[in-house]
Amino acid sequence: MLEIKNLHAEVDGNKILRGIDLTVRPGEVHAIMGPNGSGKSTLSYVLAGKDDYEITEGSITYNGVDWSELGADERAAAGMFLAFQYPIEIPGVATMTFLKTALNAQRKARGEDEISTPDFMKLVREKSKALKVTPDMLKRPLNVGFSGGEKKRAEILQMSLLEPTLCVLDETDSGLDIDALRIVSEGVNQLRSPDRSMIVITHYQRLLDHIVPDVVHVLSKGKIVKTGGKELALELEKNGYADYVDEEAA
Amino acid sequence: MAAVQETIDQVKAIDVDQYKYGFVTDIESELAPKGLNEDIVAFISAKKEEPEWMLNWRLEAYRRWKTMEEPTWARVEYPKIDFEDLHYYAAPKNTEGPKSLDEVDPELLETYKKLGIPLAEQEILAGVAPENRVAVDAVFDSVSVATTFKEELAKAGVIFCPISEAVREHPELVQKYLGSVVPVSDNFYATLNSAVFSDGSFVYVPPGVRCPMELSTYFRINEKNTGQFERTLIIADKGSYVSYLEGCTAPQRDENQLHAAVVELVALEDAEIKYSTVQNWYPGDSEGKGGIYNFVTKRGDCREKNSKISWTQVETGSAITWKYPSCILRGDNSQGEFYSIAISNGHQQIDSGTKMIHLGKNTASRIISKGISAGVSQNTYRGQVSAHRKASNARNFTQCDSLLIGDKCGAHTVPYIESKNSTAVFEHEATTSKISDDQMFYCQARGLDEEEAVALIVNGFVRDVIQQLPMEFAVEAQKLISISLEGSVG
Ligand SMILES: Nc1ncnc2c1ncn2[C@@H]1O[C@H](COP(=O)(O)OP(=O)(O)OP(=O)(O)O)[C@@H](O)[C@H]1O
Ligand SMILES: [Mg+2]
Repeated sequence: MLEIKNLHAEVDGNKILRGIDLTVRPGEVHAIMGPNGSGKSTLSYVLAGKDDYEITEGSITYNGVDWSELGADERAAAGMFLAFQYPIEIPGVATMTFLKTALNAQRKARGEDEISTPDFMKLVREKSKALKVTPDMLKRPLNVGFSGGEKKRAEILQMSLLEPTLCVLDETDSGLDIDALRIVSEGVNQLRSPDRSMIVITHYQRLLDHIVPDVVHVLSKGKIVKTGGKELALELEKNGYADYVDEEAA
Repeated sequence: MAAVQETIDQVKAIDVDQYKYGFVTDIESELAPKGLNEDIVAFISAKKEEPEWMLNWRLEAYRRWKTMEEPTWARVEYPKIDFEDLHYYAAPKNTEGPKSLDEVDPELLETYKKLGIPLAEQEILAGVAPENRVAVDAVFDSVSVATTFKEELAKAGVIFCPISEAVREHPELVQKYLGSVVPVSDNFYATLNSAVFSDGSFVYVPPGVRCPMELSTYFRINEKNTGQFERTLIIADKGSYVSYLEGCTAPQRDENQLHAAVVELVALEDAEIKYSTVQNWYPGDSEGKGGIYNFVTKRGDCREKNSKISWTQVETGSAITWKYPSCILRGDNSQGEFYSIAISNGHQQIDSGTKMIHLGKNTASRIISKGISAGVSQNTYRGQVSAHRKASNARNFTQCDSLLIGDKCGAHTVPYIESKNSTAVFEHEATTSKISDDQMFYCQARGLDEEEAVALIVNGFVRDVIQQLPMEFAVEAQKLISISLEGSVG
């Protein structure tokens, strides 16, 4: 279970998160919506453990572990996964190589043996087929020259391979065409399970038609200003953020 | 603290002190007295039971050398070397020339085992499939101790032996080719080497023969205060092919050790030579104390038409590296290649690159250089591409990439391009980049620790060059790259 309490965080001295409270239980999917610049990606970075994102007040615990004690790699080994809004290019490193290195690094950190090459190949083939990631893409350097949609699919491929228990998806839908949105959503839905928690950051209701959330939050100026059921997303789609943002400004 | 900064600090703290080849082998050895004069040159020659022409060749080189000045144009700094304070000959006492393996000092075999060289033929036969076999010549300080697979190579007509043996047994070949690529008076270190070279490898591949296995030499400096001056000569006769690998290590010592080798390659018509080096000499400690001075002259001559010479090097060691494996593209349609990874860390200084001298028509060359600098090191790529008046349609492509880890190191690119023929086309591309915090974070968010992330990103950066290495070497090179940039393992 993820518990965020009164979380304040800043980047380079700029206060961005100003008191977030959020609890995500195993099996739940929470959507976070909110205007540009409200702090959604910042929250995802703080959760994943990016340097320079400093917690100034409050706490994050996951399964009882104080998250601030762990580095990004340790959090990954403990089940954290962030699907990046802007995935990073790693020139010269074949996607396949990257996947294997990541999987084995996590296994090593958990004291497990390395996966054998045949087992790994089998696993990748199976997962990439489901997400329509071509063998050609797997040979290319990670994210280099990938289209926007391809990058997002590669993120979800990593997620389904690494099988994290705490998934944060930052605008995974942006850049996806209609078919890709369906394929990726199906991939995400297959990972929904009673022992997995998900936070889905998005601007659009249409993603939530595919990945139906249990709870929807509105984030504005670094705070959660509204929490509701999936119907909240529909309402936002119709009326925009005006109601909540103004209320906050007032 | 930013991820990258943290990595730099860790790398700085531990890296070079972790040199894992830094053991000293306890073997009695025979040393020439310190210093250099005609008597020492004669002593070395006598030790090798050389014919008179060889002695005269050495003496001529020595007399030239005395008139020469140490070059200073490279971007490296070091205290002046006292050439009188060195031993110019050191041999493990029990080993006068190669013998059967049973007679080689077991301590020596142990050393090679530590270096991961499968020296004993039985081991090789037991462990490696026939097509992957590697014939090894191991040079310990100044003497070649064992050459494996000699008989089998002889069946194919390939000569692979210590150069001292070649001087005695194949004088016609040695006389014809020695010094024909790197002339005696070429440069300060090459001339010194010509006077005092003690051993090294000799390869001759007869016409039309594809050498049935990779040939390999491992160089090891063990003795204190010795210079190592090996000499390698490889001749690929018409239509032949050979792939040659060279590996180097040295023990960890506080004082600097000098290594001034000369390598000459000759490719005749339609012949191809592929020469790969993994250089991992001791780089000095984290304070910059000790380490090897590596002043090497390597040159290949594509002497006849359609010949090809390809240099691939992975340079991770040495305190100072001064090295420019070059190709003279003399034959029409000949090709030269240079693929290089040069990693500097700690206080290392590298000034390395290549020369592609286009003399013949339709000659082509390709240079891919990847420099990685970390710590407070300095890494310079120096490359010359020139086309002679008669070199119509000469082509060169140069790609020169530098990667910086941290902000206390330096990367420099010094290209010299010169064309006397208007049909020549030379392309030069250069980039300098840093490992970004975003890349580090992305990798770490996927579970890689800092070191694994740096190693992965660096291995990606050097991929084009790694692909040029023979399979077994590629794996070794990748490991070596990780080790030389290591920060916090263990
Ligand atoms: N390094 C930084 N220095 C200063 N301000 C920053 C820094 N990083 C982010 N910010 C600011 O923090 C605020 C929140 O940014 P964040 O990326 O979290 O927004 P977001 O909700 O994800 O927006 P979007 O919907 O556009 O993706 C923005 O105003 C942004 O400019
Ligand atoms: Mg964002």
